[in-house]
Amino acid sequence: MKRFVPLIVLLVMAGWIAENWMPPKPTNNAVDLVRFGKIPVMVGGRAKPLDTVARNSLLIIHGKQELILDNGRTLTATAGFADVLFHESTADQYPVFHIQNDEVLGLFGWEQSQRKYFSFAEFSPFLKQIEEQGDQADKLEAVQRSAFQSAILNLRNGLVLYQRLKNSVQLEGTAHFAAELKNYISTIPGAAKAAVQAQHGENFDRSELNAVAELIQKYEKISELAYVLAVPPIEPSGEWRSVGDSLLRSVVAGEIHPVVVEYAQIGDAYRANDHRQFNQHVDALINWFAKEQPNATKRASFEFLFNRLQPFTQSMALYILAFLLACASWLGWSRTLNRSAFLLLLLALAIHTFGLGSRMYLQERPPVTNLYSSAIFIGWGAVIVALILERIFQDGIGAACAGAIGFVTLIIAHHLAGSGDTLEMLQAVLDTNIWLATHVVAITTGYSAMFLAGMLAIIYIVRGVFTRSLKKQTADSLARMTYGVVCFATLFSFVGTVLGGIWADQSWGRFWGWDPKENGAVLIVLWCAIILHARWGGFIRQRGLMMMAVFGNIVTSFSWFGVNMLGVGLHSYGFMQKAFPWLLGFMISQLALITIATTPLEQWRSFRETGTPSPDENLATDPVA
Amino acid sequence: MLRRIIDLITSLKLTIVCLAAGMVLIFTGTMAQVHLGIHEAQERYFQSWVVWWPMEGNGFRLPIFPGGHLIGAVLLVNLIAAHVKRFRWTSKKIGIHLIHAGLIIMLAGGLFTDLFAVESHMRLQRGDTKNYSEDQRHMELAVIDTSGNDLDQVTAIPESLLKNNRTIDHWSLPFRIVVRNFYQNADLKMLRDAGPAAKPIANQGPGAMIAVRPLPRTTAQDERDVPAAAIEIVPKEGNSLGTWLVSDALGAPQTFSCGGRTWMIAMRTARYYKPYSVTLQKFTHEKYAGTEIPKNFASKVTLIDPERSVNRDVLIYMNHPLRYRGETFYQAGFQQDDRATILQVVHNPSFLAPYVACIIVAAGLLWQFGFHLFGFARQKRTATV
Repeated sequence: MKRFVPLIVLLVMAGWIAENWMPPKPTNNAVDLVRFGKIPVMVGGRAKPLDTVARNSLLIIHGKQELILDNGRTLTATAGFADVLFHESTADQYPVFHIQNDEVLGLFGWEQSQRKYFSFAEFSPFLKQIEEQGDQADKLEAVQRSAFQSAILNLRNGLVLYQRLKNSVQLEGTAHFAAELKNYISTIPGAAKAAVQAQHGENFDRSELNAVAELIQKYEKISELAYVLAVPPIEPSGEWRSVGDSLLRSVVAGEIHPVVVEYAQIGDAYRANDHRQFNQHVDALINWFAKEQPNATKRASFEFLFNRLQPFTQSMALYILAFLLACASWLGWSRTLNRSAFLLLLLALAIHTFGLGSRMYLQERPPVTNLYSSAIFIGWGAVIVALILERIFQDGIGAACAGAIGFVTLIIAHHLAGSGDTLEMLQAVLDTNIWLATHVVAITTGYSAMFLAGMLAIIYIVRGVFTRSLKKQTADSLARMTYGVVCFATLFSFVGTVLGGIWADQSWGRFWGWDPKENGAVLIVLWCAIILHARWGGFIRQRGLMMMAVFGNIVTSFSWFGVNMLGVGLHSYGFMQKAFPWLLGFMISQLALITIATTPLEQWRSFRETGTPSPDENLATDPVA
Repeated sequence: MLRRIIDLITSLKLTIVCLAAGMVLIFTGTMAQVHLGIHEAQERYFQSWVVWWPMEGNGFRLPIFPGGHLIGAVLLVNLIAAHVKRFRWTSKKIGIHLIHAGLIIMLAGGLFTDLFAVESHMRLQRGDTKNYSEDQRHMELAVIDTSGNDLDQVTAIPESLLKNNRTIDHWSLPFRIVVRNFYQNADLKMLRDAGPAAKPIANQGPGAMIAVRPLPRTTAQDERDVPAAAIEIVPKEGNSLGTWLVSDALGAPQTFSCGGRTWMIAMRTARYYKPYSVTLQKFTHEKYAGTEIPKNFASKVTLIDPERSVNRDVLIYMNHPLRYRGETFYQAGFQQDDRATILQVVHNPSFLAPYVACIIVAAGLLWQFGFHLFGFARQKRTATV
């Protein structure tokens, strides 16, 4: 029976995943927001589905990818977005803006209460005030801003984004857009004639000119405001434009772009609550895109799937479960639990890999392009190496490391995603797949290995000091694993650092510029070199190796995150400030572990109570001397 | 005694001490960059023999930590000595030797670059032709004899020679230059805006109407010092012609006559002249649709070198520099709403060292860890049996 437990665990979890992967049922008597969410648009330089724009905008403004209304109903990002685009009087009432700062609330004369989310309508009397305060805060550097200033600037940016979204496909307040467009295009020839007549001093019909002038003013306004470029080029070399821009160009072209017409129909149907019309026009629009923009449509459709599956959230859950199983295996029932943990990790890794690969496909880039993707990749690399260790040693240690690092790095990634699109376009100097694929991948693989070595060392210390489970054989294999992983980290960190130097020589004209990120990388290399030389020289043994490996966590986290917080140098495109307390907390926890490890070995529970000879009696084997 | 010294300089302990000192230095130097700026911190921590405390001032200073050059040099000696002493031609050792040989090349190359590499900028507006690049961090006092028909004769005096009360006497000039005041960084203001107490430090040219206020040296990353000096022109035969204020904040050069010739004088960024010229044809700055994110910067230039009979168009863009006659031109930036390009010009005779070193070290690492990995797998197999 026991033999089947791991398989059963795997099947249960796989079933849970599979349920999420089932396509949602098509809706017949409601607006089809799934189809709607797949329509491709251009935002931030990348063609993406409306669903992504909806989720990212909500994430920026609201901090979450879903919206819970005051009556307790949950609204998906796309559903809320449809209201923002077509029915803004409803959207204005949604409690989307997140404010916790009491000084910001005080600015409007509100007292702090249980409510944290406010609607656009509530702010509308204060827009001018918010803009003024926001502009003042904007003049300061991010580090210099007070909590109030950061909060008010955030609010201002959120409000600006919200207003731009509202005016992306039509001017807010437009009731019958399709009819308006028909009128617009039919009056243009008359107006053009009148304009020519006016120029030549002949009699002309002023009312025709005025009617068009009014509309043109409207479209100028939305072409300035639009956040979304919804209209693709007809000829391949053209550019995506906003609806307003496209309408202004219609004066010359003499016709309205079919995408604009469809959007107008979709909006009118949405306001009229006519789901049949809505679905029909969404289908027509999608079909048009599939014919004219097959590549963008395919990608947008895939990205929609990727958004819905949330592969990293699923693997996160599997990783933590596998970690708990692996830890439990050291207390008893080891083989079964171990095996279960290993199988779950394989499933988690498969989903993780799917997510990583999807991002590479969507971005057409090597895996690491920003801080967010570095977290995803570090976790992925560490899990693979840890699983190899688990396969060799089969003692649950590799599995525990894989689970813990996979979980933590994905949590970190989750929190790094708050600034919106994680598939952003790359700055000019980064626009090179060769160096992204070599330098960046090597460096992040080095980070993975450093964290894995640190995790192995933590297991050694915690099991040794607090439990009786660190037998001599386990201690020795842990030492061997840690040493091997440090060697691996040295190789990748060194090669990665030098490749970075060569890239810098190619693009900035110097191999080494003492830029903070470069310094961080070389700190890792130096620390690895110190560990290896100290061990080869016999200055440290098992416990010393473990303590140094834990310190490696501190060095690596400084290099990964710490230097970005300094706000200087050429690599500051990964800038982030909020994580500072977390980083500090992590470093302190690692120092605490090192301090715990300094207690005399006789007092470690594993060596005190079991009478195991303490590992430092065995001299370190020296592979080079 | 000699034996003990040899033991010390070849010891593994010294290696570890150097590496640890390097870590401390790099960490503190990186933190110092926040306040000092990258360049200043680099000079004080990494490109120095010792780190001083306090950092500023001419008063009492203590050397508190070895600087980058000292640590690098000791490590270099330690590496070379240790490997000369312990060299063994065995398959087990060959990887280690390769790694360290590569590191030696890299360290030595780094030191060489520090000493001999020259970085400068070339700023071009569309249609501009230049046969020199400029060093933004160093100034020179240019004295130009404009009386030649086609060519101007330029005598450039480097900033380091401009110290208070120093007299500059050069064979090409019919006059001596006496430096009356010199400020590393200064703020220039019109006299009438500078308050009643302000006095000019010059009595000729526009400088007679300008007040000069000394400033501390700047540390901000995107600012640089604006030096200023008052110089007196004293003909080798005759009386002083007066005192001029020179500073690159003044703009156009100032003119005076001496020895029957017309001279121009200006403080400007130091120039490196080249035997060829570069003309900017076009600068492009692409952005991703609907964003301000730069997609590419590119400068199309014409390179003309009569000596080598070169006249061709070159496209310089991100990650694609132009390498020509020992110098490399990189796309570094732009100015004035994309109308001007800034090219970084680097002369680095040891730029190949890291490439060579990298290949050697990588080979060594692969050899060594490959060797170890097999041992690791073997050990494991025997352990599980």
